[in-house]
Amino acid sequence: MAESASNVTRTDAIETDAIKTDAIKTDKLSLWYGNFQALFDVDLAIKQGIITSMIGPSGCGKSTFLRSINRINERLGYVRTRGKIEVLGHDIYGPEVEKVQVRKQVGMVFQRPNPLPLSIRDNVLFAYRLHDPQHRRKGKAALDEIVEKALRQVLLWDTVKDRLQRPAGLLSLEEQQKLCIARLIPVQPRVLLMDEPCSALDPAGTEAVEELIWELRGDYTILIVTHNMAQARRASEECIFMLMGKVVEHTDTAQMFVTPQHEETANYIEGRYG
Amino acid sequence: MFETTDLNQRNRQVESRVKTLFLLMTLLLILPVLVILTMLVIKGGPMLSIDFLFTEPTQGMTAGGILPALVGTVWLVVVALLASVPFGVAAALYLSEYAADNWLTRIINLAIINLAGVPSIVHALFGVGAFVLFFRFGTSILAASLTLAVMTLPVVIVSTREALQAVPHAFREACWNMGATRWQTIRRVVLPNSISGILTGVILEVSRTAGETAPIMFTGAAFYLPFLPQSVYDQTMAMSLHLFVISTQVPDVPEGLPYGVALVLIGMVLSMNALSIAFRTYLRGKKKW
Ligand SMILES: Nc1ncnc2c1ncn2[C@@H]1O[C@H](COP(=O)(O)OP(=O)(O)O)[C@@H](O)[C@H]1O
Ligand SMILES: [Mg+2]
Repeated sequence: MAESASNVTRTDAIETDAIKTDAIKTDKLSLWYGNFQALFDVDLAIKQGIITSMIGPSGCGKSTFLRSINRINERLGYVRTRGKIEVLGHDIYGPEVEKVQVRKQVGMVFQRPNPLPLSIRDNVLFAYRLHDPQHRRKGKAALDEIVEKALRQVLLWDTVKDRLQRPAGLLSLEEQQKLCIARLIPVQPRVLLMDEPCSALDPAGTEAVEELIWELRGDYTILIVTHNMAQARRASEECIFMLMGKVVEHTDTAQMFVTPQHEETANYIEGRYG
Repeated sequence: MFETTDLNQRNRQVESRVKTLFLLMTLLLILPVLVILTMLVIKGGPMLSIDFLFTEPTQGMTAGGILPALVGTVWLVVVALLASVPFGVAAALYLSEYAADNWLTRIINLAIINLAGVPSIVHALFGVGAFVLFFRFGTSILAASLTLAVMTLPVVIVSTREALQAVPHAFREACWNMGATRWQTIRRVVLPNSISGILTGVILEVSRTAGETAPIMFTGAAFYLPFLPQSVYDQTMAMSLHLFVISTQVPDVPEGLPYGVALVLIGMVLSMNALSIAFRTYLRGKKKW
């Protein structure tokens, strides 16, 4: 079912791509953890408004790449970055850049759902409250509307609308992961980074979250890391294959899975390592 | 095929002997505590009365009650708490949430752990030098409480840091990735979820100082002062010192009196402990993860 959907949408994605700038563009991005180099001259141009998946064996630097795009890696202190990263045409390492704004525009979803130990409602409003200094003056009704809109968008509203004040930790993993996506929506990020968002979920949960990700396509540029070939194939329009900190191949998903250009890609897709 | 072998049998014997040995040693440990408590209750119990708690000592401390000492100890502990909570929590927050993991932080951590091992008489001398003389607080509740606070600070920092570390790291990651600053993360997520642990730890540690004698002896506690303190600049009697004085310095004290004082002192510390444990249990039940 998702297969056919991807075929339909791919065509119009290609049509609109031509007029858009790249959402994420890196130029010779290298990254070191101390003395260990995790990324080697990564050149990538990720198109706006589509879903791009990133595959590759464990430890090849997928998470590292994602964490460079919202500059969260820097928190570790011993990380050194070289090269350039542009998000929506702006150099995020530029002198004027406010990291908080980068993280507002670039939302991150993690492998393990990590809702905050707050109520469902407060989880949805958390980032919103951080970034809107006026939020205290907004009435309850306005906030309720924001919550409802976000939860509707992640297909969670009907399940949780009667228990918005309950702790988010009581939700199922699938629901928690949807909530973790919902809490990004009120600040209207442009890019969503998802680091193996389904790998902690059961098959039904995976399917539900995948479907949701597909729904979000177009409104956001989505870069999704996955270990699951089938998921990459079903849920993305373009696909990036990484190996040992380098980008091996970046093409149309259908093409990558049918006629990979590199031998390593073919080996990986056929499950020969990783 | 599942019969017992000789080896099994021997192992089982050793097992039961080892277990018995450990049990005996545990009981041996508990025994002194039980004996002390029983003695205190038997010998000091008859001393207890409303009058004992709420009147002043008379006839050169050989009769009457313990009110000034009781009130004095409460003053000392409360002021020490007020001083050590802000400093201890701030330091722990810095070390746990802000400090990078480098050699400086490691040295500070090491210093804190070692500070906890400094004997209380050394703290007493420090208190005299720093608070009584240098800051000119004189011998007063303020000087004595600050000495107690300095003495417990390392333990307070360690217990606070443990409470902070108990908040899962994933919550912090989530906040930072949404663009929260460290302080926003602390205020909205870390502190609300660790405050119970922090407070119970702090109450526990500081209430232990109620029994300390050396640090307050030269800094603010008086042998005999049958008035209630009016402010933190007054000297005061204290339970621990009072017990020391009537046990060793005053002739003709009735036999039960020191036991009565000791019983009240232990009662104070134990009830503080019980309170903080109850508090912790209550708040833990409300956790949201
Ligand atoms: N915080 C870190 N400190 C040091 N090395 C790290 C850190 N995070 C990841 N690495 C190393 O960087 C490499 C890439 O890791 P990662 O980006 O997590 O890979 P992936 O997500 O593709 O599995 C690995 O070799 C890993 O050991
Ligand atoms: Mg990873």
